Amino acid sequence: MNKLKKIFATDSYIVPLVAIILGFLVGAAVMLIGGYDPIAAYGALFKRVFGSAYDFGEAIREMTPLMLTGLSVAFAFRSGMFNIGADGQVLIGMTAASVIGIKLAGLPAFLLVPLAVIGAGLFGGIWAGIAGYLKAKRGINEVITTIMLNWVALYLANYIVRTFLLIPGQNRSEDIPASMSLTFLNSIFDNARLHWGTVIALAAAVFFYIYLWKTKQGFEMRAVGLNSHAAEYAGMNVRRNVMKSMFIAGVFAGLAGAGEVLGVFHYQSVFAASPGYGFDGIAVALLGLTHPFGVILAAILYGMLTYGSAGMSFNADVPPELIRIVIGSIIFFIAAQGIVRWVLKPFYFKRKKEKVL
Amino acid sequence: MDLLTLGQMLNTTLVFSTALIFAALGGIFSERSGVVNIGLEGLMMFGAFAAAVGGYYAQDAGYVTMAPWIGVLCAMAVGVIGALIHAVASITFKADQTISGTVINFLAAGSTLYLVKLLFEGAGETPLIDGFSKYPIPVLSKIPVIGPGLFNNYPTTYLAIILVIVVYFLLFKTPFGLRLRAVGEHPSAADTLGVNVNRMRYIGVMLSGMFAGIGGATITLTTTGTFAHNTVSGQGFIAIAAMIFGKWNPLGAFGAAVFFGFSQAIRNYVQLFGWSQSIPQEFIYMIPYVLTIIVLVSAVGRSSAPSALGQPYDPSKR
Repeated sequence: MNKLKKIFATDSYIVPLVAIILGFLVGAAVMLIGGYDPIAAYGALFKRVFGSAYDFGEAIREMTPLMLTGLSVAFAFRSGMFNIGADGQVLIGMTAASVIGIKLAGLPAFLLVPLAVIGAGLFGGIWAGIAGYLKAKRGINEVITTIMLNWVALYLANYIVRTFLLIPGQNRSEDIPASMSLTFLNSIFDNARLHWGTVIALAAAVFFYIYLWKTKQGFEMRAVGLNSHAAEYAGMNVRRNVMKSMFIAGVFAGLAGAGEVLGVFHYQSVFAASPGYGFDGIAVALLGLTHPFGVILAAILYGMLTYGSAGMSFNADVPPELIRIVIGSIIFFIAAQGIVRWVLKPFYFKRKKEKVL
Repeated sequence: MDLLTLGQMLNTTLVFSTALIFAALGGIFSERSGVVNIGLEGLMMFGAFAAAVGGYYAQDAGYVTMAPWIGVLCAMAVGVIGALIHAVASITFKADQTISGTVINFLAAGSTLYLVKLLFEGAGETPLIDGFSKYPIPVLSKIPVIGPGLFNNYPTTYLAIILVIVVYFLLFKTPFGLRLRAVGEHPSAADTLGVNVNRMRYIGVMLSGMFAGIGGATITLTTTGTFAHNTVSGQGFIAIAAMIFGKWNPLGAFGAAVFFGFSQAIRNYVQLFGWSQSIPQEFIYMIPYVLTIIVLVSAVGRSSAPSALGQPYDPSKR
């Protein structure tokens, strides 16, 4: 009971909650200034998400890659690395899954699907590992390498799809027979494209939590993230930890890629520009305070808002870009907790007074 | 390959570099003062948007020749306002600077497109405006190869090159520059000597907004003519790379920006080389990014960021 009280007494969840409310208020203010009706707009947003089984299922599909890229960025963050490269890692994961799915199509599904998923994770990890390696061995800023690797991944993925997997005359690969679809759920959700990626994402969050907070290796990783000099002094191998953390971050992102091609599209297109999963992942990681369970909640919120924003533009005629202002404001208020505390101050004061009485 | 094309290639290189030079200089101001600025991309977006809208209304009001410059001024102002959000969050409220920079990117992407749709009746981009035209410098532009390459450019390009030198001078030869750098290297020492740490940081971040704003403006006013969702498309991040690549030094950042500009320009000209036909286009597109990594590995080595970069200043921890 005391423990429970402690959880509710800390403002670890009050601050994000207030930040979310403030974010929605900022969005409403912007809508009012633009001459829109915020209540109708938010109503349309939630109606779009919860209105039908199909849409609800699709919203869950939208959340899935966000969970994994969010976990990827958050994991790297915990060991002091800023992974701007989740985007490229997703692309590499997608490509690995497509290549395995198409080229080894003769294998039975129970072998082929896990193989494609493992391949996607592995190659995503290796791709991120390049940045980790360069940081560890050469001290090269991971921000710059991951940005560069995003572009290289984009063109490499396009090259592989275009040269080895293309349907002649089209800008997409052959159909991938391997499938991560959750067939029994798909029918319940009216053919929404739900897939095993969601389960993998939840498992990844649990792994993240256990690994970082319940194992010695995870302790080392956090120590490196908090103060790499102190960690080194304590005899920890900073370099190995940096590489390992980037590898695991890349695995998460690569798995997101597998989910997208094997679970949602069943083919891979040639991309004109980067699909942007990684940048959403940064936002999700930050919204989730880089804690695995926070990331899951953040991905749910983020996925709901982005999926629902389409309904907002259809039914209330509000440009869906508005939702980015809402998300940006929420992150702003979470980051600048001072503002939230300032907003909350009168309430705290009141509460204390009551206690005295 | 003839000399005329070489001149053109040089010219295109500078056109593509200009926006990066401005934004990278902006990044240097912010980061030298100790504030990480991942938000350059968003600040460029603000600038590109403001230039397109300001330029459009100026043209509409009949100020045709002045319109691009009015666009630049709008971009500077909006860039500063955008940067102010970053400054308030990261300096006054001691938010994580990476996070508040990311917020800028989000707010910029959201609000600019929202406003475009609001102002232009649901259109996805702003109306096309005229922008700058190239200004040949008399006499010098007549020199073969170098003339058409270097001395027949947009006024913004000349401005960028002049500002590289001005910023270098400002940072390394003036008391202001010394204070700005001190605040980024050792804020408590600077504070002891009477430098107002937070004020210097505010100035650094706001200057970065101004410069990144102009950078964004150059994209709309010289390259695209409109503002749409893909106008900036990652150039802010490339500018960050140029800043790091150039070791937070204006001259280095300039070199890096020209390098990235060159690699963008090379795409337009690579078909002219006979040997390039046998290489898949994707590999040609990859060249600049792979080359950057290789150069970093082989030559530049450990990057030397300002030592207080990313740390909010807390006088009580002195």
